[in-house]
Amino acid sequence: MSAPADAYARFVRQGPGAALAQRLGAPRPAALRRWAPDQELLTGPLLVLGAAAAPLAADVARWLTAAGADVVESPGDDRLGAVVLDASAVRTTADLASLREPLAPAFRRLAPNGRVLVLGGLPGQTATVEAAAVQQALEGLVRTLGKEARAGATANLLRVGEGAGEALRGPLEFLASARSAFVSGQVLEVGTARAGADGPAAAGPRTAVVTGAAQGIGAAIAEVLARSGTHVVCVDLAAQGEQLARVANRVGGSALHLDITADTAPAALAEHLLRRHGGVDVVVHNAGITRDRSFVNLDDAGWSSVLEVNLRAPLRLTDGLLTREGALRPRARVVQLSSINGIAGAKGQANYAASKAGVIGMVRALDARLAPTGGGANAVAPGFVETAMTARMPLLPREVGRRASSLQQGGLPVDVAEAVAFLAGPAAAGVGGQVLRVCGQNLLGA
Amino acid sequence: MSVPPAAPPVVPPAAGSRLPRRAAVLGGNRTPFARAGRAYAQASARDLLTAALDGLVARYGLAGEQLGEVVAGAVLQHSKDLNLTREAVLSTALSPRTPTYDVAQACGTGLEAAVLLANKIALGQVESGIAGGTDSASDAPIAVDDGLRRVLLALSRARTPQQRLAALARLRPGHLRPSTPRVTEPRTGLSMGEHAARTAAQWGVSREAQDLLALESHRHLAEAYERGFFDDLLTPYLGLRRDDNLRPDTSLEKLAKLPPVFGRDGEVPATMTAGNSTPLTDGAAVVLLASDEWAAEHRLDVLAHLVDAQTAAVDHVRAGEGLLTAPVFAVPELLRRNGWTLDDLDLVEIHEAFASTVLATTAPWEDEEFCRTRLGLDGALGTIDRKKLNVAGSSLATGHPFAATGARILATTATLLAERGGGRALISICAAGGQGVAALVEAP
Repeated sequence: MSAPADAYARFVRQGPGAALAQRLGAPRPAALRRWAPDQELLTGPLLVLGAAAAPLAADVARWLTAAGADVVESPGDDRLGAVVLDASAVRTTADLASLREPLAPAFRRLAPNGRVLVLGGLPGQTATVEAAAVQQALEGLVRTLGKEARAGATANLLRVGEGAGEALRGPLEFLASARSAFVSGQVLEVGTARAGADGPAAAGPRTAVVTGAAQGIGAAIAEVLARSGTHVVCVDLAAQGEQLARVANRVGGSALHLDITADTAPAALAEHLLRRHGGVDVVVHNAGITRDRSFVNLDDAGWSSVLEVNLRAPLRLTDGLLTREGALRPRARVVQLSSINGIAGAKGQANYAASKAGVIGMVRALDARLAPTGGGANAVAPGFVETAMTARMPLLPREVGRRASSLQQGGLPVDVAEAVAFLAGPAAAGVGGQVLRVCGQNLLGA
Repeated sequence: MSVPPAAPPVVPPAAGSRLPRRAAVLGGNRTPFARAGRAYAQASARDLLTAALDGLVARYGLAGEQLGEVVAGAVLQHSKDLNLTREAVLSTALSPRTPTYDVAQACGTGLEAAVLLANKIALGQVESGIAGGTDSASDAPIAVDDGLRRVLLALSRARTPQQRLAALARLRPGHLRPSTPRVTEPRTGLSMGEHAARTAAQWGVSREAQDLLALESHRHLAEAYERGFFDDLLTPYLGLRRDDNLRPDTSLEKLAKLPPVFGRDGEVPATMTAGNSTPLTDGAAVVLLASDEWAAEHRLDVLAHLVDAQTAAVDHVRAGEGLLTAPVFAVPELLRRNGWTLDDLDLVEIHEAFASTVLATTAPWEDEEFCRTRLGLDGALGTIDRKKLNVAGSSLATGHPFAATGARILATTATLLAERGGGRALISICAAGGQGVAALVEAP
């Protein structure tokens, strides 16, 4: 269990602070359970529920048991570590009506940091108008459960395509585990695993490159990727070299000084990855800048410098890797950092929001291009995350940013990194062109 | 000019290099260099070496790697820094099972360390290693007065109160004056600058020529930074991103205004100023060497090979030879042994202890009589094309943390060779005590 990062959250955790907050009805953010070595998958037993035919329930129980979950038939005395509801075959309003009865008592019995996972079908694969409506209803249900869940518990919806099979296993485990601590109220689509995804790379990526790796979220991404033995090429500006070296050495990776906006950067990166590592399995575009100004006051430099770093550089770097034979290894995966401000827009951030929305378009198109090779592209959209950047925000917006989410706290860089590592690995073989928000179910752009 | 009386060649002739293989230079790293008392005022020589090593480890992905050895040294060394290199390595991300040793050859330390390591690689005793040097003039050791030291030692040996009193009775107020290390030659009492001024006067090296060389050093270094040449050779440290001695905007006019600081009591007008001499500097530099096989296994490019090296020493005490002129003798022998001439060289790196040192190193090679009588050649060795000399700047611009300079120059030279896609280079470094070390480097 890791303590919330901010002073207010620590104050209301226990003692007089807790009593005061309870009296005032003020938010009391929970200490989120995060990944730790040799950790149990869940904090309590798993209950698998089914609605209608529930074709996935048996597999789910089997997979999660293999991952260490203790499956129970009904909510007993112990608080539940997770509830999985297979609603993938729900087609009628009657099916929908039948959900409440088993789910409500289970939800009530959910342990702190518990997990609600609802499995739905893919919207495009429904035969009737009613089925489409009923499947869409699941989103409203799950998002509400995310808001009503207490003590660090989360609720998420996995939309499972027909024939997804084993491809569901990775996303299911990720969302059930402590690695998804700051992911709640989200919808993730899982399709069939791409060709060759269960080949040699199923063991995990050998080499990854992370831009902007010297600090904050980039450094955390390098660390989480390295946890499973991936060599991480940590990229940042030469001026950041001191911190970059520290990160690279800590994760047993290597440091590359590169200005990603330089004309020569795409060729230089492709050359480096090819020569030094024989190509790369994972590309994480994390480097980004902000130059906040209201749109009318934004000058050309402020507008274009943000687009240059946040949008044009990842486009050019990716292009450089795609066009250099062998630079991207088969089944290569690209993960792009977006932002909830890219989805919702943000006052004073026209440049930033445009760039972060732009990259969502990029991963969708790129995913189609990578899919035939067995690879894929996805984006992660962080909400309020405790970094050096948010530490510089004025007090009031910072406090609002922290509390304006269902988990009532800012995330940590590692929360974003866990999502990136999930999307970068073989567990996400059936996930492509998606945007996964890591925002504690922030109210923005929900 | 006056030529000193004929003497046998300083360097005994040797057979051509017969090393079983050549060590490869794979890359380097250094801290930016800082003028003493500035950015690194609080950092020790060991801190600096650790930082330089960690930057190299990060660049080449060597965290946890057990290398054949790490060899480095410092000129200004604290007695507490016994095992300096070993202690530095234990602070880095390298495997603690990497053995180390310290070496010292004054300003030749860094290059000599690389030569020693290269020889072990050539002989197959190790496959990989790091060589380098570090110095902090800010963190220089301060010793107690020799008299006080004797009193304290006597005190520690005293057994009875009487003996203790007797020892203490020998204390004198003058003993409390700390003795700081000075860049003074123990056998002549002259500073290195004074020595260099004498050599400059002997060879008639002009103030203008020295200032021009200093200007070119600053210009070349500034250009190299501008084109990102140092992105793969340097890792910022303690907020410093570039050598703080660099003056990109200096000019001949500005340099000409500086008052002379050395050779002011000589027979000819003094020419050496703060602008054409190196300042006291803090910094560390390291270079990664390995066999070609090790490089291939680790997927690292070979930038260049260290072909051969030669040290030499002059008699600056009795024969009055120029203190910093040993390379004048080392280089011709090194070239001869390898069958190279000055014309074969694409790059020449001559350490700029002072601008006059560089000019007083090349001038004798152009002097027919000197080359015949002192170097045993048939005629002049030749002229160094200035377009090939110190093309990415040298010590006048970067500063000169004594032991770090050799590794800085070797890494820079190897990178320059790789950049131009081939060629041969000469490195020459003068050192205190009338010594010098030279090396030949060739692109693979």
